[in-house]
Amino acid sequence: MRLLNAERIKLLSTRSTWWCALLAVALPVLFALFYASQAGDFLTLNVGTTQSGYQFGLVLVMVLATVSITSEHRFGTIRGTYQAVPSRVPVLLAKAVLLAVLAGLIGELAAFGSLAMAHLVQPEVDLAVNTATEWREVAGVGLVYAVAAVLALAVGELLRQTAGAVALLLGYVLLAESAVREIPGVGEQVARWLPFFASRVFLGSAEGEDATVSAPYGPWAGLGLFAGTTLVLLALAAVVARRRDA
Amino acid sequence: MIEAIGLTKRYGSTVAVDNLSFTVRSGRVTGFLGPNGAGKSTTMRMILGLDRPTAGSVLIDGKPYQELRHPLRTVGALLDAKWVHPNRSARNHLRWMAAASGLPAGRVDEVLDQVGLTSVANKRAGGFSLGMSQRLGIAGALLGDPKVLLFDEPVNGLDPEGILWIRRFMQDLAKQGRTVLVSSHLLSEMALTAEDLVVIGRGRLISQGSTADLIGGATQNTVLVRTPQAQHLGNALAHKGFQVESKPDGSLVVSGASSDQVGDVAASCGVVLHELSPQRGSLEEAFMQLTGDSVEYQSSEVAAR
Repeated sequence: MRLLNAERIKLLSTRSTWWCALLAVALPVLFALFYASQAGDFLTLNVGTTQSGYQFGLVLVMVLATVSITSEHRFGTIRGTYQAVPSRVPVLLAKAVLLAVLAGLIGELAAFGSLAMAHLVQPEVDLAVNTATEWREVAGVGLVYAVAAVLALAVGELLRQTAGAVALLLGYVLLAESAVREIPGVGEQVARWLPFFASRVFLGSAEGEDATVSAPYGPWAGLGLFAGTTLVLLALAAVVARRRDA
Repeated sequence: MIEAIGLTKRYGSTVAVDNLSFTVRSGRVTGFLGPNGAGKSTTMRMILGLDRPTAGSVLIDGKPYQELRHPLRTVGALLDAKWVHPNRSARNHLRWMAAASGLPAGRVDEVLDQVGLTSVANKRAGGFSLGMSQRLGIAGALLGDPKVLLFDEPVNGLDPEGILWIRRFMQDLAKQGRTVLVSSHLLSEMALTAEDLVVIGRGRLISQGSTADLIGGATQNTVLVRTPQAQHLGNALAHKGFQVESKPDGSLVVSGASSDQVGDVAASCGVVLHELSPQRGSLEEAFMQLTGDSVEYQSSEVAAR
């Protein structure tokens, strides 16, 4: 508990956290505004497509989570932290819990904000959230943000360097996974099992991408795959944090 | 009390700390002295469990750092005043430290007051001057009211007022019965602050003991003699077993003899003296003498001497 409190003070006492959080909510909502205003014959507006801009928030949440750990290495505060908690691993776990909660909150604000924005722009379209699938598509954004934040934290701890970790994460999310698909032969097979593709299977946004790359698993298994990858990375980060000189 | 036993740290083929053993007693300021690159900071990081020793161990009141029940209440440290997030206020910096070690939030304002930073407590730490940063670092070290305190080069880059403040502060802490270990590469500073010294060079222990003994032992007392019959006197002194060195200006520097002895020798062989003056070794000489060839990045000029 005291560690969660310490990490909360750290996280909320820097401006970068607030900027990232603000943008992570604002950008998806702005995208929903844009999308809904353009919707018509070519762009269908429904509950699922109000969430089209969720990736902007995702990227920012990951930057926020990465910086929360790399800035500690950059400015040396990690050494003060480890002086207070010499066993180190609880620090990483406290950060993971806190970031998951914050990212989840940001995700829900962004998701329901986007939905509300689309409704404001196109009040005549039925955007009521009724089915379980619709709930998953909207409320699931918070879960995906939460897992992605922990994944970014793990990568940040492994690389300990803001520029490197952010470049690697964004490059992977925005480019690498779709590049894998282009590898002749095995590419499409491999791409189905990659973590961020799995997260889109969960949110129901993977179907629109490419009909040939369909997942051989259900949405909740997709979230499981995403979270499983994250846990492996977090465990790896914990082992490395314990062994390495601070 | 801090006890290092066979402490060793290797980075690849570089040996930063080499089989270092020493003891730091409580109730006095102990200076941790050595040239730049001697391994002082690495040793301090190992004391705090931040770096893992390649071999050996270091105990604080009989326990390794990792096994301390309340680390920040046992050991306070200022290793680098710049280890703060520049966009976090001084108060918030101390608040998270207090929270992480389960200390009451009220301690934050107490230590801020103790180091005189109350008026700037809500300012970004990134905008602090070096002296203010050092004070904030000291506040962090004092937060848990610890029995053991470590300071790495605390007066580096400070103005005379700041130096005096830190010096008195550390002496007060020791008077309260705490263990205080202060590193420095300046013997002159340590001579004023520390009662005990641990001297290292190239990661190895050079000597350990009280400051007075170390300075007394390491500074060679010599006698300067000027005489028109330098050759004659030189031979006579050398015959008595004293070490004599001729200076380019014709004067002699005699070591191992008092000025009385040199005068007696001169009188006994009828040599006229123009000057006979005892020379006290400086602290800098003592330091050079102690650390000698253990300076890691030696300039060629010094090496040629």
